[in-house]
Amino acid sequence: MATAEEVAKAAERRDVRDRWLLSAPALLVILFAATGPLLIVLVYSFLTPGAYGDVKWQFSGNAWTSVFLERDIFDDTLSLAAAHVTIFWRSIKLAVVTTLATLALGFPTAYFMATRSEKTRDLWLFLITIPFWTNLLIRTFAVLQIIRNEGIVNTILLKLGIVSAPVQILYTDTAILIGMAYVYLPLMVLPIYASMEKLDFRLVEAGYDLYATRFKVLRKIIFPLVKPGVIAGSILVFIPALGAYVTPSVLGGGKNMMLSNLIELQFGQGRNWPLGSALSITVMIIVMVALLAYVRNAGKSGVRHG
Amino acid sequence: MPDKPDRNAIEVVDVSKIFGSGEGQVAALDKVSVSIRENEFFTLLGPSGCGKTTLLRLIAGFDFPTAGGILLYGQDIAPLPPFKRPVNTVFQSYALFPHMTVADNIGFGLEMLGKPKAEIKARVAEMLKLVKMEALAGRRTGQISGGQQQRVALARALAPQPKVLLLDEPLSALDYKLRKEMQIELKRLQHETGITFIFVTHDQEEALTMSDRIAVMSSGKILQVGSPWDIYDKPAERFVADFIGETNFLTAAISGAGSGKARATLKSGTTIEATVAEGFQPKDNATVVVRPEHAKLTKDKGDLSGTVENIVYFGTDTHIHVHLDSGEAFTVRQQNTRSAGCGFERGDKVGIMIGNDAAQVLRD
Repeated sequence: MATAEEVAKAAERRDVRDRWLLSAPALLVILFAATGPLLIVLVYSFLTPGAYGDVKWQFSGNAWTSVFLERDIFDDTLSLAAAHVTIFWRSIKLAVVTTLATLALGFPTAYFMATRSEKTRDLWLFLITIPFWTNLLIRTFAVLQIIRNEGIVNTILLKLGIVSAPVQILYTDTAILIGMAYVYLPLMVLPIYASMEKLDFRLVEAGYDLYATRFKVLRKIIFPLVKPGVIAGSILVFIPALGAYVTPSVLGGGKNMMLSNLIELQFGQGRNWPLGSALSITVMIIVMVALLAYVRNAGKSGVRHG
Repeated sequence: MPDKPDRNAIEVVDVSKIFGSGEGQVAALDKVSVSIRENEFFTLLGPSGCGKTTLLRLIAGFDFPTAGGILLYGQDIAPLPPFKRPVNTVFQSYALFPHMTVADNIGFGLEMLGKPKAEIKARVAEMLKLVKMEALAGRRTGQISGGQQQRVALARALAPQPKVLLLDEPLSALDYKLRKEMQIELKRLQHETGITFIFVTHDQEEALTMSDRIAVMSSGKILQVGSPWDIYDKPAERFVADFIGETNFLTAAISGAGSGKARATLKSGTTIEATVAEGFQPKDNATVVVRPEHAKLTKDKGDLSGTVENIVYFGTDTHIHVHLDSGEAFTVRQQNTRSAGCGFERGDKVGIMIGNDAAQVLRD
């Protein structure tokens, strides 16, 4: 007869084994579908480009040098690759501005939703998720239809006599920002809403009771308490915004190259797979550093929900 | 009762509050008027849904009255937002800020008022001492017990030295012993700070033990305002008599009413002296109330007669339920002794003696 202790231990062992078995499929997918390709990209970044794309299995650090530097054709000196830096900067700027814009729009939206009655809340939540039903490309073209010179916005502005000639919005930075904000807004609203919904609005009343004005209540009570949602939303928007491809191309008219275009170029006409790989990993590193800095900074005065 | 200055801290004048609109509208308060004196411990007592919390929220400024005015030392504050009223609230759920320490919670009001840092620090220390929480000043509010949270909530509301402190059933979440302790603590704090307290509760015992005056509310109206003695011994209406403590209702024919007294002839034929609710001229027939502890059971013939139906032991006393010959029910409360039982058994034929000055004629 096994003692009670042995039985308990055996049960615990079984428990652990079951847990591993159950999570095995997910772990395998992560291993082969995410980690595997990443490793391939990492390896490729240290190889020599092949003449018609692909790679030659010959070690080279050239790809990494040319991420930010370029070699002069005549005297072989290295100098800063201005074109790459500009593209990086443009993409980072767009991602930051998109994050800020969606935050500015999404925070009040989430607040509005969270303060509705329970029934209407579900309706608003449903409405927010509707854009997800459509393909990104189609959504982007929809924005294009709205802001183009013969689109709704310009037609209305002309009819009302506010402008005499159509305002050129399409193919400008503004167009890109409008499109990005529209596409990524739900990703900001949903996590903030999830935090906001849990917020005890009696705390807001307590704030008013203790002489805090509306703005002070927002800054001192609501914002600190929904910060986890704001952080999650910012991450969810920033990462894909940095690698955005479709929206800037369609609405920006492809005039200004983005990081995603640059990387795509290396794997396409550029026939420089190692450089494409090195650029991809650089983007990843930028994202990781930015996230670490952001989370650590935000976590300093962050809330521990207990 | 100690002398209270006759200055009014709060005057509620004909206040109505209607929630919703059209068919679904509900009058939470119906032309309520009441004056709360400076420095008093005033309790709004009533069952849930009677409008007591609504009245408190109107005074705090979380809701605005549909009609009527709320005066704070003569100034109408009804249209002001809560952050412009020198009134603070202790919430039923405490509503402590979870992202701040105990000390930061207590200092929040002062900080918002723009007080200098040194003053806030001194005041917070003083408040921590007042509620005996010095040792836990640096803790997060999630790391302290319910009773401690209660103390912090009190300190937070008292720190800005409000003209009036509002307490919305602050003790309801505490267990029995802690609640008893906090009742005494609250009285002490009110005495030490000299701030007017408006206390909302549905617990009649709490109201009786703590208040200087009580307003009994039901269905959006104030039925009676008075000292705990008045409310308990001279209830004006059936609802008040029924809600506060246990009581016996008897139908009686009234004669010779005048100067607050009347003669009540009970169904048993006995006539007793009874007091009459203030400002009320009773008709021929009325209801008379007698508290169970103001009547005595005898084996002889009494003012009333009946049969013992049930005997319930309560430790300090025993409740004897009697079915009167007139068909009415009557409960007598009898103090227990250690040596003897209550002296009666189920089925006994008994008489009930009603003490002098025990009966009160109700308004309805």
